[in-house]
Amino acid sequence: MESVDLLYKAIYILVIFGITLLIATYSTYFERKIAAFIQDRVGPNRAGPAGMLQPLADAGKLFFKEDFIPAKANKALFILGPGVAMLVATMSSAVIPFGDMLMIDGREIYLQAINVNIGVLYIFGVVSLGVYGLMIGGWASNNKYSLLGAIRAASQNISYEIAMGLSLIAVLMMTGSLSLREIAEQQAGFNWNVWYQPLGFLIFLVCSFAETNRTPFDLPESEAELIGGYHTEYGSMKLGMYLFAEYINIFVASAVMSTLYFGAYNFPFMENLREAISDPVLANNVVTLLGVVVMFAKIFLFIFFFMWVRWTLPRFRYDQLMKLGWKILIPLAILNILLTGGGIILLS
Amino acid sequence: MESLFFFLASLTLLCALMVVISKNPVHSVLFLIITFFTISGHYVLLNAQFLAVVNIIVYAGAIMVLFLFVIMFLNMSKQGDAKIKTSTVSKFAGAIAGGLLFVVLIAALKDANVVGYNPDTYDSQIGMVESLGQVLFTEYLLPFELASVLFLVAMVGAVMLGKREEGESNF
Repeated sequence: MESVDLLYKAIYILVIFGITLLIATYSTYFERKIAAFIQDRVGPNRAGPAGMLQPLADAGKLFFKEDFIPAKANKALFILGPGVAMLVATMSSAVIPFGDMLMIDGREIYLQAINVNIGVLYIFGVVSLGVYGLMIGGWASNNKYSLLGAIRAASQNISYEIAMGLSLIAVLMMTGSLSLREIAEQQAGFNWNVWYQPLGFLIFLVCSFAETNRTPFDLPESEAELIGGYHTEYGSMKLGMYLFAEYINIFVASAVMSTLYFGAYNFPFMENLREAISDPVLANNVVTLLGVVVMFAKIFLFIFFFMWVRWTLPRFRYDQLMKLGWKILIPLAILNILLTGGGIILLS
Repeated sequence: MESLFFFLASLTLLCALMVVISKNPVHSVLFLIITFFTISGHYVLLNAQFLAVVNIIVYAGAIMVLFLFVIMFLNMSKQGDAKIKTSTVSKFAGAIAGGLLFVVLIAALKDANVVGYNPDTYDSQIGMVESLGQVLFTEYLLPFELASVLFLVAMVGAVMLGKREEGESNF
């Protein structure tokens, strides 16, 4: 690869990293605003116009609080926990195609950090690592509620990973590729996977709620029975890192769902638009940039959905969670694989 | 590439040693996870992306989570840093068994000649999903299917053992 290409790639990676952090920061603001809207309140409105500076104020407060480590905690692992959570959360956006190809000076720039031919597996691998931050932090706190939260997180994560993987298999059977870019390209126009895989999408959606520890599956931190769950002993920015990692996970989960099921950067009539502009380079760039906007619109819709559910549904009980994962979602996912296989045989 | 290999190899050995040396079982498990990551790094260097990711998903992502899960429970019952006592006999037995294994390894590798690869005929796609699938589902179909039956048997066995017995509970 030429050095100019590498430079573009480096810039792109930094931009994606920045956008990820920015979206996670402002998710905290919008979460509170949406909660306020749903509960008929005003929400944060003091810092800046309409409370827009609230996330900065929160971050400043968290940074300046006392950095406390419990006396009997395992110090190294206590510090490592939030770090791992944050690291793993920011890893998966590397393979997501946020847009098609841009042409600048006759150079083709793909709007994706790395295009590996095992993108789906990479995402799945990173998701399966996500629980370590919670487990390490929960155990290192030397607090029984933290430990219970960590153990809940572990078993919940493992249980829902299976159903998630099985629902992914149906998509892979249809597209015949593990590369996220190819999966995105096959959904050109309005030919989105969700029309063929409604059941698979539903399973994937439920599982991503469980994998990101969001209500109604936020059992690892259910305050009613576990005080704060795995982050009971945490304070200041270490707690902030855990919460921040959760919002990054939501962003990534939304991006993955948009890519796999909702056509990524594709939008209806994109080919008509491409033909309507005479200059091919300009047409390509316009369509690509619009595609990026569409991709982020889809991601924001999913993030909104995560928040909407959080302020609408009550939390599950733990045995209900396990029953849903093992006895309903996994059989449904297997049924979905069979249906997909039958459909492929019948239609081909 | 060469220096990367040596860096990864020394990291692997160091972490593997730390798994054995660490006093705290949780630290051991975490070092084992890092070891799996470095081994995945080796797979990437060998151009086997699929194997690298599957190694992480299966070992680091699933099996080690269960390990950590169990060890966290074990640690709960023993307060503080109670030392595990090992009798002299078992130390001797361990040393002899490990030494024997070492001798066998050296005997096996002594005469092995490393086969280099020919850059002209080398297929860089050999570790990719597609070629792996082709080989697995044509040449090695029977062993592959037998292995999956083995997994199924293990799964059924686990369900059988975990099933609640009827009548009064005995545990």
